[in-house]
Amino acid sequence: MTADAETPTAAERHRRLVETWGDAPGFWGFLTTVDPKRIAGRYILTAMLLLFLAGMLAVDMRLQLAQPDMHRMGPQAYDESFSLHGSTMLFLVSVPVMEAMAMWLVPLMVGQRTMAFPRLNAFSYWLYLGGVLMLWIPHALGFTPDLGWFEYPPLSGPGYAPGHRVDVWAQMITFTEVAALSISVNLVATILKMRPPGMTLARMPLFLWAMLIASLMTLFALPSIMLVTSMLISDRLVATQFFAPAAGGDALLFQHLFWFFGHPEVYIIFIPALGFVSAIVETFSRRTVFGHVPMVISMLSIALLAFGLWVHHMFAVGLPKLGNAFYTAASMAIALPAGIQIFCWIATIWSGKPQFRTPLLWVLGFIATFVIGGLSGVMTASAPLDLQLTDTYFVVAHLHYVLVGGALFPLFGAFCYWYPKGTGRLMSERWGVVAFALIFIGFNVSFMPMHILGLEGMPRRVYTYGPEMHWGMLNLIATLGTFISTAGGLVFVANALMSYYRGEVAGADPWGGPSLEWATDSPPPPHNFDNTPFIDSAVPLWTAKDHRPVLSGLSLDRRQVLVTSVVDALPEYRQRSPGASIWPLVAALGVSILFVGSIFTPWALVWGAVPVAIPLIGWFWPQRPRATTGPLRKRSA
Amino acid sequence: MTKATWLPVVATLCLVGCAGVQSPLAPAGEQADRLYSLLELMVWICGAMYLAVLAFLGWSLWRARKQFAHDAVPTVEPNDTGLQRSLVAWSAIIIVGLVILSAASFLADRGLAQARDRDALQIRITGHQWWWRIEYHDPSTGRWIETANELHLPANQTARLALGSADVIHSFWVPNVAGKMDVIPGRANVLDVTPHRIGWFRGQCAEFCGAQHAHMAFDVKVDSPQDFAAWLAGQGRSASAPSDAVLTRGMQIVTTGQCSMCHVIRGTAAAGRPGPDLTHIGSRRSIAAGTLAMNRGNLQGWIAQPQTLKPGTMMPPVSLDPADADAASRYLESLK
Repeated sequence: MTADAETPTAAERHRRLVETWGDAPGFWGFLTTVDPKRIAGRYILTAMLLLFLAGMLAVDMRLQLAQPDMHRMGPQAYDESFSLHGSTMLFLVSVPVMEAMAMWLVPLMVGQRTMAFPRLNAFSYWLYLGGVLMLWIPHALGFTPDLGWFEYPPLSGPGYAPGHRVDVWAQMITFTEVAALSISVNLVATILKMRPPGMTLARMPLFLWAMLIASLMTLFALPSIMLVTSMLISDRLVATQFFAPAAGGDALLFQHLFWFFGHPEVYIIFIPALGFVSAIVETFSRRTVFGHVPMVISMLSIALLAFGLWVHHMFAVGLPKLGNAFYTAASMAIALPAGIQIFCWIATIWSGKPQFRTPLLWVLGFIATFVIGGLSGVMTASAPLDLQLTDTYFVVAHLHYVLVGGALFPLFGAFCYWYPKGTGRLMSERWGVVAFALIFIGFNVSFMPMHILGLEGMPRRVYTYGPEMHWGMLNLIATLGTFISTAGGLVFVANALMSYYRGEVAGADPWGGPSLEWATDSPPPPHNFDNTPFIDSAVPLWTAKDHRPVLSGLSLDRRQVLVTSVVDALPEYRQRSPGASIWPLVAALGVSILFVGSIFTPWALVWGAVPVAIPLIGWFWPQRPRATTGPLRKRSA
Repeated sequence: MTKATWLPVVATLCLVGCAGVQSPLAPAGEQADRLYSLLELMVWICGAMYLAVLAFLGWSLWRARKQFAHDAVPTVEPNDTGLQRSLVAWSAIIIVGLVILSAASFLADRGLAQARDRDALQIRITGHQWWWRIEYHDPSTGRWIETANELHLPANQTARLALGSADVIHSFWVPNVAGKMDVIPGRANVLDVTPHRIGWFRGQCAEFCGAQHAHMAFDVKVDSPQDFAAWLAGQGRSASAPSDAVLTRGMQIVTTGQCSMCHVIRGTAAAGRPGPDLTHIGSRRSIAAGTLAMNRGNLQGWIAQPQTLKPGTMMPPVSLDPADADAASRYLESLK
């Protein structure tokens, strides 16, 4: 490697790296950036906005259900509301926001300047935005999907759902799934091949394990949903009969394929949350997480089991009972790794010196609510008992306890925890506690009564009910709870906004955190780190407080990253990293044209290939000499 | 009522008296009994586990009170031998709990699947958007007797319900009697029910099936076998002839007009198939699949403005002048 003529000073290095890794100024820079932090920030803000919009739909629905026979909404408006709420929350909020947190944090945690495929991140965001517009522009135009977040045929087939509502839903999924696959591939490659020297697999923080496992799950689960929605579209568009029983198709095939994705998806949302919780518990208990190895094994076993229990969403369809018994056992088995993790976190707090800052409060809220969701999950996992519980408000309560308590609470905690890293300022603790208390109380007031409503026989997805059912009081309580948590949400957002301008300046490491992201400035410079860190433990900032060894040798004037080996993280070669480019945006536009067009005509797949191919050619046009190191190096004949 | 050991707790939480006509918490059949017992076991075990978690969490917070020193120097991998042993114990407890629940669940499922008497009462139930067609096999004549939206069952006898769908997926659910079973086009699902408590119950579609999923309910009457036999015999008869001029006018409107395109009234000219059988509609408790109580006013309203009462229903509005509307509703009400 060519050494610089003179060793530059630290300030000089920093300046040159900022120049190399910085974006073009202004709007052009906004469109062309491939900085994972900027892209992830966009992802998170978009998802938060959608969380608010879909939350407002929930408030609207709660108002309709507050009392029997309300006429606030008709069936059409109600069906659209719950469909848009569920589809937005699951496809456009939960999965993307978790991946975006990973996109923001993983490069920092592995001490790298960017991720493995920076342009793929940009492509992913633009395509995700396409998915958002795909769902919400039709909503503004009045053809919102209205059959729920899983649209079972034949109801969603050509015979019962004319028009384009279902196509909009199915193609929105295609958008978001391509976007999610792009990030997942990127995360897997980054975590496996770009860890800093010294960060062997054994020393990998739990957060990175969680993100690695969730990304691998995404890669295996998402093809199934893309397949099933494509089959649905072709049933609707070109009269294939995959799901039409009269023509030899099978309505249940859809459910199998959907839930083969749908159940792992829950864990794709939940496992990153486990990573957040582990990071927060570790920092604020002032000790390393108890049971690192059991934690990793638990996450791995949850990931494996997740692919073997989709049938528990289908216990009422009349499958053979012996098969159902297998899926009951597999579903219940999840409680073991989940229970081990809960134990490990509490044990960490128990044996640590906990500091009750806002992020840790969210974790306590997570434990108190998620365990309820987990245990109601054990109840619904029982094939016979599920016959009384499925498709009732008991399940509505269960899934919200799992997804809100189990994933959003940790997310909010993570937001408070890493907010100073992202903005350089601390959020207000006082308002943080207020927001936590309101959301925690409001959430439980909303959803706890729904368990009982389900046991009193209230089915889900009904737009109204009669007074003779005596469901009014509990529904009213649930609706009141929604107002409390909405107020909490507004406090949370206001706190985040105010702190951005007025918050206390955080410094690099306000919490005394253990992992690498706390070693760089807050907010981090475009290139994250001036030097590649060298790691000798899983908690480098705790074990090497004064002496932090670094590795030099990466170029200051060209974008380069260090590639290391999978298991031992031994340095292998320097990889050139692509710079800012407009092509990911243009490619995403081309793909969007294809996806949107394919709702209307199958020929869009043919002609749409042209606007996809052109930007991809531009994107991958060779513009630099072949590398001299690495697997793609120029070999002499 | 040993069944009610934790019911009072739930009832207190309800803050209102549970109606209980559509609730797994008030079982009135053998299958629902099994599921109720399983639910009870689940709630005990899961409740105990939750309390254990909360206790441990509470203890760790209580300890933190003392630990809350200014000493914030982090500890790296301290000696956790005691905790490791506890983790093993905790895992063992979870495994025991899961084995109990899996076994109980398996046994309950076997119970539901037990072979029944061969001569169980045969009932065909077909889900339509958004009502239920119900047909009884009369063993004495071999005939199928059709009705709609009201299921009658004899107490302490097993009835075998053959569930089919005419259009999309629905789910048949009478929680007091048994767990739900999906009704799927192209598949023949069977549900055995053995109710043992006489009374009125309610069932409702539990799988989202379109605009009026919320109004796809039905009444369920569990009768003594004698009452059931009498009722079934009554349902097997043709419609009663009108007894006065107004009813005759009503019959003329209903059986020769628009109504007869979709509805059957056995013994008259009305022989349409798409809609519910109206031969004995006057004997039912509610109309429009549990949407409205059965009375003349509701019948009249339903005929005139079904799209207001149940937006999206397949029933078209029928405009009749007031005298005819009155006659038609009187006639339908008379079809006991």
